[in-house]
Amino acid sequence: MKNFWRHRLFWPAAALVALVTINAIARPTFLKITMQDGELYGALIDILRNSATLMLVALGMTIVIATRGIDLSVGAVMAVSGAVALTIIDGSPDPGGVGTVLVAVAFALLVSLVLGAWNGFLVSALGIQPIVATLVLMLAGRGVALLITGGFITTVNSDPLSFIASGYLTVLPFAFFISVAAIATLAVVERRTALGVLTEAVGINPEASRLAGVRSRGIIWGAYMVSGVLAGLAGVIYASNIKAADANAAGFLIELYAILAVVLGGTSLAGGKFSIAGTVIGVLIIQTLDSTILFLGVPSAQSPVFFAFVVVAVVVLQSPRTRNALRALGGSMSRGGPTVSRTEAEVAR
Amino acid sequence: MNGARPLLELTGATVRFGADAALDDVSFRMFPGEVHSLMGENGAGKSTLIKAVTGALPLDAGTLVLDGEEVSFATPHDAQRAGISTVYQEIELLPNLSVAENILLGREPRSHGMISQRRMRSRASRILADLGIDIDPASILGTHSVAVQQLVAIARAISTDLRVLVLDEPTSSLDLDEVAELFRIIRELQARGVAILFVSHFLDQVYEICDRVTVLRDGRLVGEYLTRELLRIDLVHKMLGHDISDFKARQREPVVTPEAPVFLSARGVTAARGITAADVDLGEAEIVGLAGLLGSGRTELARALTGASRLDAGIIRIEGQTVHLDSPRKAMSLGVVYSSEDRRAEGILAELSVLENITLALQAHRGVFRRIRPARQRELAQSWVEALGVRPPDLDRPAGSLSGGNQQKVLLARLLALSPRVLVLDEPTRGIDVGAKVDIQNLVGELADNGISVMFISAELEEVLRVGDRVAILRDGRVVETVRASDVTVDSLLALVARPDEQEG
Amino acid sequence: MSATMTHPVAVERPTSKYQSFLSRRAGMMPTFAAVAILAVLLACAEAFLRGDFLSPGNISALLLDNAYLLILAVGMTFVILTAGIDLSVGSVMAFTGILGAQLLASGVPAWLAVVVMLAGGAVIGLLIGVLVQYFSVQPFIASLAGLFLARGLAYVVSLSSIKVEDPAILWLQTNRIRLGDWYITPTGIIALLAVAVAAFALHLTRFGRTIYAIGGNEQSARLMGLEVARTKVSAYVISGFCGGLSGLVLTAYSGAGYPRNGIGTELDAIAAVVIGGTLLIGGRGYVLGSLVGVFVYGTIKTIISFMGAEQSWMQIIIGSLLLLVIVVQRAIVARSERRR
Repeated sequence: MKNFWRHRLFWPAAALVALVTINAIARPTFLKITMQDGELYGALIDILRNSATLMLVALGMTIVIATRGIDLSVGAVMAVSGAVALTIIDGSPDPGGVGTVLVAVAFALLVSLVLGAWNGFLVSALGIQPIVATLVLMLAGRGVALLITGGFITTVNSDPLSFIASGYLTVLPFAFFISVAAIATLAVVERRTALGVLTEAVGINPEASRLAGVRSRGIIWGAYMVSGVLAGLAGVIYASNIKAADANAAGFLIELYAILAVVLGGTSLAGGKFSIAGTVIGVLIIQTLDSTILFLGVPSAQSPVFFAFVVVAVVVLQSPRTRNALRALGGSMSRGGPTVSRTEAEVAR
Repeated sequence: MNGARPLLELTGATVRFGADAALDDVSFRMFPGEVHSLMGENGAGKSTLIKAVTGALPLDAGTLVLDGEEVSFATPHDAQRAGISTVYQEIELLPNLSVAENILLGREPRSHGMISQRRMRSRASRILADLGIDIDPASILGTHSVAVQQLVAIARAISTDLRVLVLDEPTSSLDLDEVAELFRIIRELQARGVAILFVSHFLDQVYEICDRVTVLRDGRLVGEYLTRELLRIDLVHKMLGHDISDFKARQREPVVTPEAPVFLSARGVTAARGITAADVDLGEAEIVGLAGLLGSGRTELARALTGASRLDAGIIRIEGQTVHLDSPRKAMSLGVVYSSEDRRAEGILAELSVLENITLALQAHRGVFRRIRPARQRELAQSWVEALGVRPPDLDRPAGSLSGGNQQKVLLARLLALSPRVLVLDEPTRGIDVGAKVDIQNLVGELADNGISVMFISAELEEVLRVGDRVAILRDGRVVETVRASDVTVDSLLALVARPDEQEG
Repeated sequence: MSATMTHPVAVERPTSKYQSFLSRRAGMMPTFAAVAILAVLLACAEAFLRGDFLSPGNISALLLDNAYLLILAVGMTFVILTAGIDLSVGSVMAFTGILGAQLLASGVPAWLAVVVMLAGGAVIGLLIGVLVQYFSVQPFIASLAGLFLARGLAYVVSLSSIKVEDPAILWLQTNRIRLGDWYITPTGIIALLAVAVAAFALHLTRFGRTIYAIGGNEQSARLMGLEVARTKVSAYVISGFCGGLSGLVLTAYSGAGYPRNGIGTELDAIAAVVIGGTLLIGGRGYVLGSLVGVFVYGTIKTIISFMGAEQSWMQIIIGSLLLLVIVVQRAIVARSERRR
């Protein structure tokens, strides 16, 4: 079992280590962490802090993908969530109050949960293809967010709000703790309950799972709700970071980066077997790459070119054709593992 | 006929998958105007041989000679061009296009590069009329029944300059009439001098239509025989390679008292399509076989009784209590479990391990938050793997990598782990090797001896009779009669199953 | 087994004209629904906007304002019919647009710039197609790579907009051909031509039928000896090419190249195709339906701006309409499954 895990996460982890190493060699400051007023700073800390939004969204996406689905609406949900939270804070008599912010965040998360439930309803109750079902909200969500903010970018000044994205809890950024909490919660739920294996069963074959007595509908529905809430939380962090609700920019293209993170982490888009740890590594790869590109002085607008090459490299390396070619080269280099046996099945067919 | 030159001759054919040889030095020949059957257990190399002949797989060694010329096909299309066409078990056509396009696409009539739909339709019409099939060539294929789609597939095959026709399990989803129609067409093609390879699990059909039979076992050639010179018992013997006495009949007390307490009773069960007003009683520790042709409603009845499909009307009682089985989950909680006929699509979870497959239903039953401890899971799975003889006995292997028979055992283990009271098995022995088949038949008997009620569905009447205490006969979506298994023979059961309604009463 | 009955087998002739129509044309229902939606929209617009909506000038403008989207939808139809999807088209349009503008600004002759734009789009399509076909990458992911690449390259060419002054390119938009109150520009003609060529190719050539065959069942199409690999790659090349063509049309229309063009336009194109009755599961749909879908899209947009409502309503309405179409399609599919 342990070998199996190592096998699955070996390449993503190696890629992350390689990326960090290259950075460390190219710019010695990369690994440097300084302490200021009891708070840690440095490029690595920035990566941990900035990865929070993508981390949350990618975690939710992992669960949805495991059920054979996909959630394209996460960016739009982020926009709505940010708009809801900031509109509440903006309209309250005490924008700086902790209570106000808590209520606003709670309300934003509730709205996100409802949006996730809506996606889940379309997919599990009406049986609509996930790409199509979530496309609806992806299209309409930003419109809704714009309506909530009245077509403007709502800006607020609220210390408790800013704390979510920029504050420090002891020595590390608060946002980092949010992602750690999300990772830990999901990991514990998957490991300590049967949700992990039941989710995988549903992703591999929904009908067979139903006949085995699995509540497929409930599990699929739940996955979209988890994705919705996590996206909502990400939306709050994003809004907190820029101190504004920008319906157009919030979570722009994040669904694509999240999917990329999941795929980088070794979870197949065909559903079934998934890996939370893989997704975490995938997110860190993307965030490190992003930091690298910025460091190279490339305008951030041009960075998609790099990600395009990453996507192409990853999918080409993972493709059955390349694997077969590599195996022919390396003889009996790699044994076992479900991906390899599936490739054999494909060849046999 | 032996003096004639074979139309197709395969010599010394070897195909390897990794280290294993799926086909090892096999020779095989087909004569024009002859129907040839390829027999063997699953894994004997039948489908590999078919693929080698039809260009779907390359030969690692050996030669293929067609009409005196050595050939080698890179793709099925190359084989088709040389006159070798295949109709597969699962229909390989395009449900979204018209019947005419399905027959002619790839060699459709064109003028100036444009497809002429009108000429295509009239040509397809002629081909269909040739075969005595009366359907609208412009209709969309997907609107027709499976049987008609299969005939369209054959129409496609014969519309080329056909020399060799390969029919891979063509009758597995046809009813008696449709089989008769298929045989009529085969005989017609035979008369035209086409060499036909007919692969089927049904011995009756092989003996009815085939002139010659080639037997494979474990990827090796056992021999080639003329059907009329080969006794059935000898054929089975050659296929299995071990003694037929392995089929041990179940020893049960011959008398089942009619007053045995009824455990599950269904009255007037009606489901949207397929089954109308069915009445069935299942006694405690009793095995009821369901006999009927495909489309007679046997699967629909099984699904309706187990919550897999919705009930439109009717009452189901368990120990006298009326129950509403609105989901498989609900049925399971009342001790009623169902194993689907479609193992791959509705049974096994190929990428999950044997362990996870076995514990799945129990885990789902307990709910998400009451996880079975890993050690307990392993213990449980291990005991079932041993009890049912799953091979290889490796709990961590992906279940999809097991053979069909072993997958079926894993599925049974999944259901038995729930300690069910009623087991509804829909064709549990379809498409698995004879050894596993006997294992499962014996297991069903043992379960009944231990007090579990079983409903056993099989397309093979002989099996239904051997396994069941009583047999419920279905025709056209109705349970027409329930008889004691000891009161009927295969032949009299066949008559009951096949009797057209107008001859009744 | 002597039970051989000689029935006149397999008589499945539809009994009525209605049934015959259904069995032949079942796939057209969603497209008819799209036409109905368009008719209702136009009628509503006419009624609410006091009768000045259905004027020749408005209808002409509807086509010209959405010519770029129509071209994208045509390419998208090919891809979706093969059960694929192309997320890259909006970015490809932006990339080829800014590339063309840049080339023209640096003195490259117009014809060469146009060729480079079209080829650039086709090359990105080719990349996606090769990934999908030869490396078994899901279309969604492969075209996602295409999106990233094209969007990034657009910014590599220029971070800001570039004005186009080449008379030949501007002529495509400024030259109005009038027919009474109706008018059309070369950009509109290009778009309609794209529809016509696509309809011809899809229905009357083996290539087109192979596109449908792949969407129906790829494995079967291969066994039938159809050129599956080449056709599938071609679908993506066509979509990329249409992206380039659309970049040209949009550049002519707006008189400039701009790297932020077409963000989210791929979703509009997909929405138009789906609203037009093409099923995302592939194999079912019509390019003329996509034309209808684009008109539905354009009509809603026009109505909203006539009413002076916020453009955010556009997204909400298109989303809702998409939802409606999807749910209805789902119901139709579910019904036909039950009937089987």
